[in-house]
Amino acid sequence: MTSATLAPDRPAAPRRSVRSGLPLTRVSGLGLGVAMVWFSLLVLIPLAAVAVTAAEGGWAGFWRSVTNEQTAATIRLTVGTALLVTLVNIVMGTLIAWVLVRDRFFGKRALEILIDVPFALPTIVAGLVLLSLYGPTSPLGVNIANTRIAVFLAFLFVTLPFIVRTVQPVLAELDPEVEEAAASLGASRYTTFRRIVLPSLTPAIAAGAALSFARAVGEYGSLVLLTGNLPMRTEVASVRILSSIENDNIDSAAAVAVVLLAISLAVIVVLDVIQRRVVRRG
Amino acid sequence: MSIEIVNVGKRFGDFVALDDVSVSIPSGRLTALLGPSGGGKSTLLRIIAGLERADVGKVEIEGVDATGLPPQKRNVGFVFQHYAAFKHLTVRRNVAFGLEIRKRPKDEIRRRVDELLALVHLEQFAERLPAQLSGGQRQRMALARALAVEPTVLLLDEPFGALDAKVRKELRDWLRRLHDEVHVTTVFVTHDQEEALEVADEIVVINEGRVEQIGSPDDLYDRPANEFVMRFLGPVTQLGDQLVRPHDLQLFSGGTTGVAARVTRVTRIGFEIRVDVATTGGQPVTVTLTRNEFLALGIAVDSEVRVQLAPGSPSTTVSTPEQRTAEPSLATTTS
Repeated sequence: MTSATLAPDRPAAPRRSVRSGLPLTRVSGLGLGVAMVWFSLLVLIPLAAVAVTAAEGGWAGFWRSVTNEQTAATIRLTVGTALLVTLVNIVMGTLIAWVLVRDRFFGKRALEILIDVPFALPTIVAGLVLLSLYGPTSPLGVNIANTRIAVFLAFLFVTLPFIVRTVQPVLAELDPEVEEAAASLGASRYTTFRRIVLPSLTPAIAAGAALSFARAVGEYGSLVLLTGNLPMRTEVASVRILSSIENDNIDSAAAVAVVLLAISLAVIVVLDVIQRRVVRRG
Repeated sequence: MSIEIVNVGKRFGDFVALDDVSVSIPSGRLTALLGPSGGGKSTLLRIIAGLERADVGKVEIEGVDATGLPPQKRNVGFVFQHYAAFKHLTVRRNVAFGLEIRKRPKDEIRRRVDELLALVHLEQFAERLPAQLSGGQRQRMALARALAVEPTVLLLDEPFGALDAKVRKELRDWLRRLHDEVHVTTVFVTHDQEEALEVADEIVVINEGRVEQIGSPDDLYDRPANEFVMRFLGPVTQLGDQLVRPHDLQLFSGGTTGVAARVTRVTRIGFEIRVDVATTGGQPVTVTLTRNEFLALGIAVDSEVRVQLAPGSPSTTVSTPEQRTAEPSLATTTS
């Protein structure tokens, strides 16, 4: 209607629609094109290159690389610790977001800013901080250097902000009247949280958890100093990849990378499925 | 008496929301808390529901002292202006929520929810999400949800405030009919005097944290306790030092009754005619007439008329002079 009255001499522009499969307008076509080129240059082509490199040694080579005893140990340690850290973050991140949004206390603004420090800090600086605090010269008397706890701690440190920052805005936007309605219907505070608040937060928690997991799987800088990179004990996948490259074994590095990529994708998909289920169940 | 509010006071910082309010709300009736925005009526409703704690005073619901009870234990149904729908649950699950909390058997819940959905005419929307409903439908869902737990009292906070005029009017009639069917003690907050007059059995006028008057719509309209109630409930104009309703004034084209005046303006608004006159003392007065009354008088601008208050009509003495502006709110209903 509008386009007809405004520009009667032009053929009617195709209607804008959210449904897929309809012809694109010139502008949205251009937008899609730019987005695809950008995405391809930055993500798809490099990923494909990694996959191609990994495949160069053939299936047998790939399999030999990833089932190498030392390599498999790094993958197990990395993925296992990342999963554990993500679980801790789901609880702690939600809790911290809750405190930041719902409670008023002295120093709240300062805490708001501090939350982002693990984000903002160069990871090697984070590594140095952890080393001086929990290393052999720890002022706290806690020495976790060269242990798996160091891996866990470094992962926790760098992934802390993800869930806090994804949950916070969603929590702030929640209508307090919805919780009041639940209360007047007889729901306890716990029931209201579990059945009304949590389903609203679940998509944000899942998104934060996916980011947190992916970040942990690829972490290098913050742990490389404190963990000692002991083969079969504290060596993580990213360190293993680097040492493969240093030993001129690109195929093996790419193979580990592809495994990490596949696991991360799988975790993201699983998180999405869980999230949908939680939301639906209410 | 179903709800007793005794000497309740509430402050938010320096702002006095309620100042020593005492009200008795009768069982099984539909009561309106009417007043201007920020007058304390919503605060009073929230105190009855337990969503807000009174600083002082006592709240009794059906003989039980509820002053210290949390909202969960008061067995009140609360309907919010902006629906407060559980967005991730279907209409059916929304309505069932209170029953699920109470761990009622599944088939009983199903039956009860079906009944309620029929009552609010949402049977065919049971499996939709709130986002797929219109505002009016969402509010009906919220009402069914509140009624599901068989509350002792049903509290509605500006329930139609977010809806457009037409839906609002429909829902208003529908609420009245629903109440005649269900008979649960109902209190609703509104700032719309027309809504209160039309729907309520009993009206409590609240202004600046105090109760101005309690009574039936007729009481309030015909026997306003003070100038505020008079002004708030309908259009007013001033004749001498009396505040009167423009439609309670009579005009005569001759004779000696009343006060001499001259017509300054004639405006037709739908079925009524508004005649502005100026008395010989120079006081502007607004009179509203029906079309037939106007035609029978045979007057026009500059006609000499006499104006007087119809016997038995309500009036209050004006404390603050020079405020003769008629409330526009009732005049607009003719459109």
